[in-house]
Parts: sequence; structure tokens; C-alpha cells
Amino acid sequence: MPRLLGVDIPNDRPTVIALQYLYGVGPKIARDLCHKAGVNPQARAKELREDELARMAALLDKDYVVEGQLRRQINQNILRLRDIACYRGIRHRRGLPVRGQRTRTNARTRKGPKKTVAGKKGVKDLR
Amino acid sequence: MSRSLKKGPYVHPKVYAKVEKMNMLGVKDPIKTWARACTIVPEFVGHTFMVHNGKIHVKVFVTEEMVGHRLGEFSPTRTFRGHGGKGGKK
Repeated sequence: MPRLLGVDIPNDRPTVIALQYLYGVGPKIARDLCHKAGVNPQARAKELREDELARMAALLDKDYVVEGQLRRQINQNILRLRDIACYRGIRHRRGLPVRGQRTRTNARTRKGPKKTVAGKKGVKDLR
Repeated sequence: MSRSLKKGPYVHPKVYAKVEKMNMLGVKDPIKTWARACTIVPEFVGHTFMVHNGKIHVKVFVTEEMVGHRLGEFSPTRTFRGHGGKGGKK
């Protein structure tokens, strides 16, 4: 299995698809990358030659922010919001939705699993 | 949708004039304002604003990192004091 940028080992799927296993690489970047590196996007990832891989790795390094670097960047952005204590930063601190979504119901992605409160409307129905 | 670049950032004219005046004179008094939608521009850095949150004026000291945000973002309008409490009500 080919390796790209250290840890990532996309499997034996078409190159455009395999590239998307990298964090920060989606359909658009994957397609552009194949094009710029002169790789057949439909060729299976295992058929890629060393030089093709090297070219793609170099391009990724040069023009895109992916994987660990991207994760760090995102975390830094959030930390900045937290530090300046703006509304969005406060929402991040409290683990609530940041972009104005409702919290009366839903918002489970941010709030985590349901915490049932005794005596609240609907609790009896749950039993 | 973000604001058209053509217009430039929305800065409340009165607040801006006041800051400019204070920068010229070199003083830094807190500015009381209701203009929560006013964008923080680099000239505001180092000033203190008293931003209205609907009830009181919250003290906001502007740092470099706050540039580009709105004044209102630093003056929360809601206070959440938690649910329930001891025993709760019957």
C-alpha cells in the first residue's frame, strides 16, 4: 500500500478517492492534485509509481494545508476565539453550538448524549 | 452572507469620530456606546468601550486580536445561571 505524507495509507481505490482519506483533502483538492501531478485520477492507488507519489506529496506540501498542520490551525483559531472572550469563544468554552442554532432541542453533536432531568415534561413518557 | 467589500467595514461614525479625537489628544477614556454592530477597527486598539448589552454597559478593553469583530460580541446579552438548584421547586 502506498504511503503519502508519513502516516496515511490510502487503499486500493481510484486515486481521486484514495487521496480524500487525507484530512483536509476533499473532492476538489483531490481532483486538482491528480491534474497538477499528471496522474490518472482513475488509476488504483496501488498502481501509483514512486515518482508520482513524490510529486503529489511535494504539491501537497507546497500548496495545501493538510493533516496535522490543518488540525493545529483550526485549534489555534478556536483558542483565539476563546481567549478574546467573544460570543463565539464563549460558545466554544461551554460546548454549545456556535453558529446560532437552537438549543431547546437537538444540538446533540455539541452537547453530547442526553442528560435526562427528573420531573421535566415528558420524563414519565420515557418509562 | 458576508458584507460587500465595496462598502468597507461598518463602523459607527460617531464612535469612530470620538476615537479619532481621543487618539489625536492622546487620551483614553472609556466610551459609552450602544453601537453593538460597530466593527472594531485597528484605531480602536487600546481603548476601552462601555458596550450596552440591553441592561448595563459592559467594559470591553480592545486588544489587537479583537480587530474585525463587532463590539457586541464582547458584551453578552444573556446570563445563564444554570438549571435546577437545591431541591428545586415542588
